[in-house]
Amino acid sequence: MKLSFVVNGQPREVEVRPMARLLDVLREDLRLTGAKEGCGEGECGACTVLLDGQSACACLVPAAQAQGATVLTVEGLAEDARLARLQDNFVRCGAAQCGICTPGFLMTAAELCQRGQALSRAEVRDAVAGNLCRCTGYQKIIDAVEEALCADQPR
Amino acid sequence: MAQLIGESIGRVDGPAKVSGRALYVDDLHVPGCYYGATVRSIHAHALIRGITLNLDYDWSDVVVVTSVDIPGENVIALMTDDQPALAEQVVRHVTEPIALVAAPTREKALEAARNVRVEYQPLPALIDMTRSQSEDPRIFGRDNVFKKLELRLGDVKAVQGGVLIEGEYNVGHQEQLYIEPQGVLAVPREDGGVTILGSLQCPYYVVKALTRVLGHDKLNVVQAATGGGFGGKEEYPSMLAAHAALLANRAGRPVKMIYRRDEDLRATTKRHPARVKLSTRVDESGRLLSLDADVLMDGGAYNTLSPVVISRAALHVSGPYRWETAHVRAAVVATHSPPNGAFRGFGAPQAMFAVERHLDKIARTLSIDPVELRRMNLLREGDLTVTGQVVKAPGGLLALDAALAAADDAPLPPLSPIPGGGGDAARRLPGRGVSVVFHGCGFTGNGEAKIKSKVILELFGERVRVLTGSTDIGQGTDTIFPQIVASILDIPLSWVEMAPHDTAIVPDSGPTVASRTAMVVGGVVDAAARKLHAALQAEAKRPAPFAELARARRARAPLRVEAQHQPDPTLRWDDERYIGDAYPTYAWMATVVDLAVDIDTGEVTYRRLITATDIGFALNPVLATGQIEGGALQALGWATFEEVVTDGKGLMLNDRLTNYIIPTAADAPEMVTLLIENPYAGGPFGAKGLGEIPMDGPAAAVAQAIEAATGAVLNRLPMTPERVLEATP
Repeated sequence: MKLSFVVNGQPREVEVRPMARLLDVLREDLRLTGAKEGCGEGECGACTVLLDGQSACACLVPAAQAQGATVLTVEGLAEDARLARLQDNFVRCGAAQCGICTPGFLMTAAELCQRGQALSRAEVRDAVAGNLCRCTGYQKIIDAVEEALCADQPR
Repeated sequence: MAQLIGESIGRVDGPAKVSGRALYVDDLHVPGCYYGATVRSIHAHALIRGITLNLDYDWSDVVVVTSVDIPGENVIALMTDDQPALAEQVVRHVTEPIALVAAPTREKALEAARNVRVEYQPLPALIDMTRSQSEDPRIFGRDNVFKKLELRLGDVKAVQGGVLIEGEYNVGHQEQLYIEPQGVLAVPREDGGVTILGSLQCPYYVVKALTRVLGHDKLNVVQAATGGGFGGKEEYPSMLAAHAALLANRAGRPVKMIYRRDEDLRATTKRHPARVKLSTRVDESGRLLSLDADVLMDGGAYNTLSPVVISRAALHVSGPYRWETAHVRAAVVATHSPPNGAFRGFGAPQAMFAVERHLDKIARTLSIDPVELRRMNLLREGDLTVTGQVVKAPGGLLALDAALAAADDAPLPPLSPIPGGGGDAARRLPGRGVSVVFHGCGFTGNGEAKIKSKVILELFGERVRVLTGSTDIGQGTDTIFPQIVASILDIPLSWVEMAPHDTAIVPDSGPTVASRTAMVVGGVVDAAARKLHAALQAEAKRPAPFAELARARRARAPLRVEAQHQPDPTLRWDDERYIGDAYPTYAWMATVVDLAVDIDTGEVTYRRLITATDIGFALNPVLATGQIEGGALQALGWATFEEVVTDGKGLMLNDRLTNYIIPTAADAPEMVTLLIENPYAGGPFGAKGLGEIPMDGPAAAVAQAIEAATGAVLNRLPMTPERVLEATP
């Protein structure tokens, strides 16, 4: 089938098998390799992208489901100044070590930033619990996300 | 000029990692690339009667490799030559590789692998490590022992007074669970050789192994961005690279092999399960008189690095304590299980879980406070370790005092309601646990003297390029090395760059393991920077700051210096008798964990984790605390979550992330991570190794906290809710 959707602000058309995974379309057809495959079953969250603004594991999304949708991947984050600040926080706070889970965490955090709700630290922990990291112990990831959310709050 | 060293500079590969530009091996796009898959044994022990292809299947675009296609030797060279690249007549563990296929797509490769038929004649298998030495069949040598060692301090038999206290402690497998599964890309070179790009820790291990398998050395190994290792990518990538290279050789085109998570969990190395028996005598006041330790580990079917793992276990089973006498016996034995291998801590976590739990037992028996018992017996300046090493500048007491003070200072976060409701706070019992550990930094004994780690620095224009085989797998050495160079030479960080970790250009700096990269190789980087400055001054024939001379330099050719690790000449080590300076120095760490145990379910909720770690000097505090926090959470996972469940053949049954559970952000406690400066003269700017020590202590602190909360005495890991409930009086 021909898949038409918007990826990182660009309209794209790709010929795909209807049951191809969105992750493969992004990584192989569009060569957007920021989303990673850690488990292939929606447990690790390394493939998280925003599908019409909502975080989703791209390994669980059939390409057909992205027809007409808007997809944001880590490669498109820097377009938005607020989300670029989130990326900077991750580097400065030490939230990225090996970096393989980082794109997924950033997309989950981007969704939180875009929602604009004030969250406690415990709520941030719960909100990112669908993404697994084995390097950081999460402390610095929570720091980076919390800082971004605080910066977003009106003062 | 800003003082760069000791500053929390963001990692240099950070911008690439947060933008998706960092390229991991599966991100590398190579036109015409085939994908590889592996045919693996379904038996723990069997003869291979034959390997045939299903003739009804379309093999026209598939290449197949079995052991007969290996151009060199059928061996994965590491310590001994016992492990084949592909099984020939016999398989010795489930998941052992037998044949390889490659095809134009991943799907086709997996399908083709299912159409390779292996005919087996099953043989009796030995899975229980406690029966390995006494029963047939023989797997390794005459007695199934990969390595046995013994060390003595004084004569334990001469000590008959005091109170005899004995205990047995057991720990299971643990999976490294790097989030990026193992992966390698092999690309044929024009000269008939091959380039390996992969997710790996030790590029020169791969060179050594592939040279034997391929029968030539026209090869180079390049580390791609690596999504976590924790030891899991120390030795295993040699196997995977050999497979990919054999397929690429056969196919005459690039071949990529990326393990799926279930395959990675079933087939690759894990932490060694261990049984530790301790028999000790202590006097009424709690003074430690004698330690008799018996450590047994399951190596699995092949030797891998097991002899070094058991060595580190034997050298850490004393804990950071002064024993008047000691007798340690340790053995790692063969079973028909998938081989175990390197994992952060490397034998020390198993050994120190045991001794820390045993100190709790001593405290319980003598009615002494467990913290006071530790304080009383911690190694002090001038004390002897169990190898007779004279302790210098120990940090155990410093760490313990700092962690306890922090625990008293800050109020505990309240016990929050259980997420999703259910269970009220009154049904959850709070508990606190404390542990103290030490960890030998760098290789054991004469290891560093044998490795002779090298680093090259090149000056071209105003740029200084660092060439090293030491890899950054997330721990941050690609940032720390430039920080060291820039600080020594008093130049901006932007003048310094890391060369790609490609064995075609970088020297062998030794493996990226053993808490050694920042301390040992960082020290060589420090020496190389000084040497480069000296060389530049010699060339200019005048003393002057590096930056000034570099700017004024007219010569076109790069200025190049090489430095090599110079071990401390005062260190003495007897590798036969295990006497002397086991390690050049030690890191020290105290843990205070606060948790709550649900008395209805046995579930443990972590509230706060305080660690204080003597790491000598923090070259980059954010990176250092990040290492400690990540390692400590791995230890909490090992303590209460992570259990490898195997069937009677040694096959891992919970081979998915849905049932092999690692901690999420919601499971992890808030952490207070204190760094204690206690400079070590042998490390750059006083730095010691820190990568592994956070794995050593938290599990025992958790056990003590559960005991404090519920009275449950647990001496087996993991402490799952079922085990906690069962042990609760």
